[in-house]
Amino acid sequence: MPAVTQIVRLTVNGDLREVGVPMHFTLLEALRYGLGLTGSKQGCDKGDCGACTVILDGRPTLSCITPVFEAEGHAIVTVEGLADVEGPHPLQDAFDLHGAAQCGFCTPGILCSAAVLLEKTTSPSRTEIKEALSGNLCRCTGYSKIYDAVASAGQRLQVEAQLGESGR
Amino acid sequence: MLRLPPFSYHKPSSVAEATGLMDQYAEEAMYVAGGTDLIPNMKHRLFEPTHLIALKSVTELSGIREENGDLRIGSAETLAEVAGHPEVQKLFPALADAAGHVAGPQLRNAGTIGGNLCLDTRCTYYNQTSFWRGALGYCLKKDGTVCHVTNVGKKCVAAHSADTPPVLMTLGAMVTLAGPDGERRLPIEEFFITDGIYNTRRTPVEIVTEIRIPLGAASRRQAYAKLRQRKSIDFPLLTVAVSADIEGNGTVQSINGVVTALGARPRALSGWDDLAVGGTLDADMIDELAERAHEQCHPLENLIVDADWRRAMVPVYVRRVLEKLRIT
Ligand SMILES: Cc1cc2nc3c(=O)[nH]c(=O)nc-3n(C[C@H](O)[C@H](O)[C@H](O)COP(=O)(O)OP(=O)(O)OC[C@H]3O[C@@H](n4cnc5c(N)ncnc54)[C@H](O)[C@@H]3O)c2cc1C
Ligand code: SF4
Ligand code: FES
Ligand code: FES
Repeated sequence: MPAVTQIVRLTVNGDLREVGVPMHFTLLEALRYGLGLTGSKQGCDKGDCGACTVILDGRPTLSCITPVFEAEGHAIVTVEGLADVEGPHPLQDAFDLHGAAQCGFCTPGILCSAAVLLEKTTSPSRTEIKEALSGNLCRCTGYSKIYDAVASAGQRLQVEAQLGESGR
Repeated sequence: MLRLPPFSYHKPSSVAEATGLMDQYAEEAMYVAGGTDLIPNMKHRLFEPTHLIALKSVTELSGIREENGDLRIGSAETLAEVAGHPEVQKLFPALADAAGHVAGPQLRNAGTIGGNLCLDTRCTYYNQTSFWRGALGYCLKKDGTVCHVTNVGKKCVAAHSADTPPVLMTLGAMVTLAGPDGERRLPIEEFFITDGIYNTRRTPVEIVTEIRIPLGAASRRQAYAKLRQRKSIDFPLLTVAVSADIEGNGTVQSINGVVTALGARPRALSGWDDLAVGGTLDADMIDELAERAHEQCHPLENLIVDADWRRAMVPVYVRRVLEKLRIT
């Protein structure tokens, strides 16, 4: 069967983007090869590792097994959308300070899963952090520094909320 | 990089429209819900439908509510929603537990309970890339003529690997199917058949629309446990579910147990009634029930780990769930 190319309209990081893709593309392929957003990583490409995690309607989702047309009409946030004009997301600063990335291949997916957790609570327990990141494999760090970084980003968000200012 | 084979993607908004599309494209089409099973399988060229009919936008398939004496769960509800739903947690804690232990968080956000019921069976020689399968010689379930597990050509013994069906069986749930000619409803134990190639009675055109659990089953004590390599994400190597009606004085009125991830369908454990009904669920009884379960389970080398070890774990896990019943 010849591939059918169609225009898909995706809301990515707050922007409505139109891109021509073969109908059988995954969301990950559309992001990386259609829109040039290469932050989301293509790891196992079959749902095992979490490197391709993006935030779809507020929920961590594996873009490598999401048909791109399923994502149409939903809000997509990728790692490129975590920082804002004022600076990096507190998680990104915390990963830097704690040395929570080594090769960095798992990092974009982990940041997306962790960002959703910190939306729900800025004081997650160690168990909650582990559960939230249980679908993201890291082959380098052994996870401890990642958990520390997420906890400290949560603390910073709490302080910022108490001070009622961005603090960045 | 694993590319998908080409297909057209259809997003019907009603069951009637979806079954109409399936009628039209017949063998060329498949339904997709969360896609967490089908998409990886398509990447491995286990299925190559040229039309995908998506069910997630069909609103009739969503909703969890009490209705006519049942808890009705729409088939397109995600496992995350089932696991986190207050009513499911209150009435059927073992179901919330099982749904919450499928795969990892991202997969539970996309994967549905309907897809969990229709999950394709799994086997070491099957869930591989087409390159891997071709190198060994294809097997009976896909493109070949012999089964590499049994070394004969007659039957596929791939493992039913879904976590929610055993719990639903112990609770007496019903499955509703809709096709172009209307609806039918069957008890979940009749939904599954012992054929590793295609292990349900669903005809290809039918959609699983809902699962109904009688509210009466909420008074049963329930428990579930799962053996897997990594607790964070893996498919089960063994899943055990039990439920029992136990009187205030501790007398067992009825009890049932189901195991899965061994053969092509979930197995209802037999011979428990004469051991347990009328007695008390004490340590001796738990040992006897676990022993009876062990006698009837004979897993084959269809999954990655040693079958003898999996068999030895059956009484261990049966004991664990029965202990949970005692204290809940
Ligand atoms: C890494 C990994 C780990 C996993 N671990 C587990 C695990 O531990 N336990 C477990 O149970 N599963 C596991 N899964 C499998 C899967 O995520 C779940 O079983 C999920 O519930 C499947 O639902 P889905 O909606 O994604 O199904 P889909 O992939 O959309 O569909 C699966 C099949 O069912 C059919 N189908 C789907 N919905 C319907 C319907 N309503 N009517 C008719 N046919 C339908 C499809 O045509 C397809 O053949 C895992 C998957 C991955 C990738
Ligand atoms: S049980 Fe046999 S036929 Fe079935 S998938 Fe495995 S090797 Fe193939
Ligand atoms: S690349 Fe998507 S889960 Fe591994
Ligand atoms: S930093 Fe290398 S995989 Fe996580």
